[in-house]
Amino acid sequence: MTFFLVSSVIKIIVVFTVIMVGVALLTLAERRICAWMQDRLGPNRVGPQGLLQPAADGLKNLLKEETLPAQADKVLFLLAPAMSFVPALLTFAVIPFATPLPTPWGDVEMVVANLPVGFLYILAFGSLGVYGIVLAGWASNNKYSLLGGLRASAQMISYEIAMGMSTVAVLLLAGNVTLSEVVARQAQSIWFVFPLSLAYFLFIVAAFAETNRLPFDLPEAEGELIAGYHTEYSAMKFSMFYIAEYSNMVTASALMTTLFFGGWDIPFTHWDNTPPWSPLKTVLTLGMFSLKVIGFLFVYIWVRWTLPRFRYDQLMALGWKVMLPLALAYVTVIATAIWILHEQLGWTYGTRFALALFGLNVLLAIPLFFVLDRGRIVAGSVAEERA
Amino acid sequence: MAGTLVLFWAFAGLALASALGCITRRSPVASALWLVVTLFALAALFVLLDAQFIAVLQLLVYAGAIMVLFLFVIMLLNLGHPGPMDVKGPVGVGTAFLLGGVLLFQLWILRQAAPPASIQLPPGSVARLQQEQGLVGAVARPLFDTYLIPFEITSLLLLAALVGAVVLAKRRL
Repeated sequence: MTFFLVSSVIKIIVVFTVIMVGVALLTLAERRICAWMQDRLGPNRVGPQGLLQPAADGLKNLLKEETLPAQADKVLFLLAPAMSFVPALLTFAVIPFATPLPTPWGDVEMVVANLPVGFLYILAFGSLGVYGIVLAGWASNNKYSLLGGLRASAQMISYEIAMGMSTVAVLLLAGNVTLSEVVARQAQSIWFVFPLSLAYFLFIVAAFAETNRLPFDLPEAEGELIAGYHTEYSAMKFSMFYIAEYSNMVTASALMTTLFFGGWDIPFTHWDNTPPWSPLKTVLTLGMFSLKVIGFLFVYIWVRWTLPRFRYDQLMALGWKVMLPLALAYVTVIATAIWILHEQLGWTYGTRFALALFGLNVLLAIPLFFVLDRGRIVAGSVAEERA
Repeated sequence: MAGTLVLFWAFAGLALASALGCITRRSPVASALWLVVTLFALAALFVLLDAQFIAVLQLLVYAGAIMVLFLFVIMLLNLGHPGPMDVKGPVGVGTAFLLGGVLLFQLWILRQAAPPASIQLPPGSVARLQQEQGLVGAVARPLFDTYLIPFEITSLLLLAALVGAVVLAKRRL
């Protein structure tokens, strides 16, 4: 019991610190990568290669004046940044990030809390993050902020459903809602991204919408809403929203890694996922996990500086008319396929099983992109005007 | 065991206090937020009962989706600012106290009566069920097996309500 408490407290402190430092570096990475894509230099003055820029930004935000709009709801205005920040950090608690670490007192699981309902916990807390944005928009008592808050609540609810439905396929294949079991299942054989490619596609789109990143950053939309829900915020409260956004990105990337890319699994070898555990295995798997997460974070930044923003009606049409029916149809097809392979043919999950499902996904993807689309999404509003 | 009891009283107190906040606040937004806190405290009580699946569903469905929609509607209709008192006149106050008294009386009756033996499970059976079927299976199996027909009828009811709402909201389709 004491060992459990001590190891949990240490894990909480370490994970919290790593995420905070990671978020700080991520803001720098975003600006440098954006500069690189736009053929600029980006912030490179503070420290070597601008590495101390986040520290300078943090100091600036701490020393800036905190403003409070006269007509704002004071309690909620102060509470809103914290309410968007806390769920973003809490969700990371159930993600397994390495193999267990052996210590003289017993094995320590490399996950803050190995909940038996881990996956649902992430969906539940992920859906709570919207409160911060909605309340910030409402409490500011500003028309633009209110519009931002309204958009956030509608967007989050719409894409949450598609996100939940797309992950049902993963849970069907894993047969469990515990994230460590999901990882273990993938470590034994092929990563779920192959047998469930379309689910992954739906999930990554929904994850972009859930984290309010371009092309789905309508709640802030600086061109039309100034900065949406955080127009009235200044100094540290403003940067709390930023920390929340980046922590959400880290969590979403970690989730994609865990659900579709084998979590901490090192590909092409079974050496890393069988006991006896050793510190070397923990370090290597942790490195593998971090590498995958950083890869997804790069995709996030890449997409942000590549794609333009959706219009609001396009966002809603995509969510309800494309993503949701697609996710529902996909779940039925995959459930049937798994039932046939598992119950009728008696196969267990392995290379043959995964490849059969991958073939099915390829077959489904062809009509999806060339027949169902009919230029609606790809051509966007231009085609609609012509029609 | 003592730790569990302390947690139980803490969350039970929180649930009661926030429920009081929910019905006494004049601003609809504050009221809705207190309701979210109540739902949270209830989820914590479910965890203490070893029903983690129900607890997470409580957060996911009620706190995460339904209450966000409530807030959305409150903000869309701009009801956010407290209006005049709803309970008007001595008749209204009297009715409110009378109904409250009936509820208290019901609680007192419930306190007297022991739950019937037919709905009590033998000790340890829940833990065994979860061991055999998993946390989700223990809820899903009865829902989709034993009570499949009532479950499907409920979904039809919800669908009817949805269609009705669309028809009411959109005069011309």
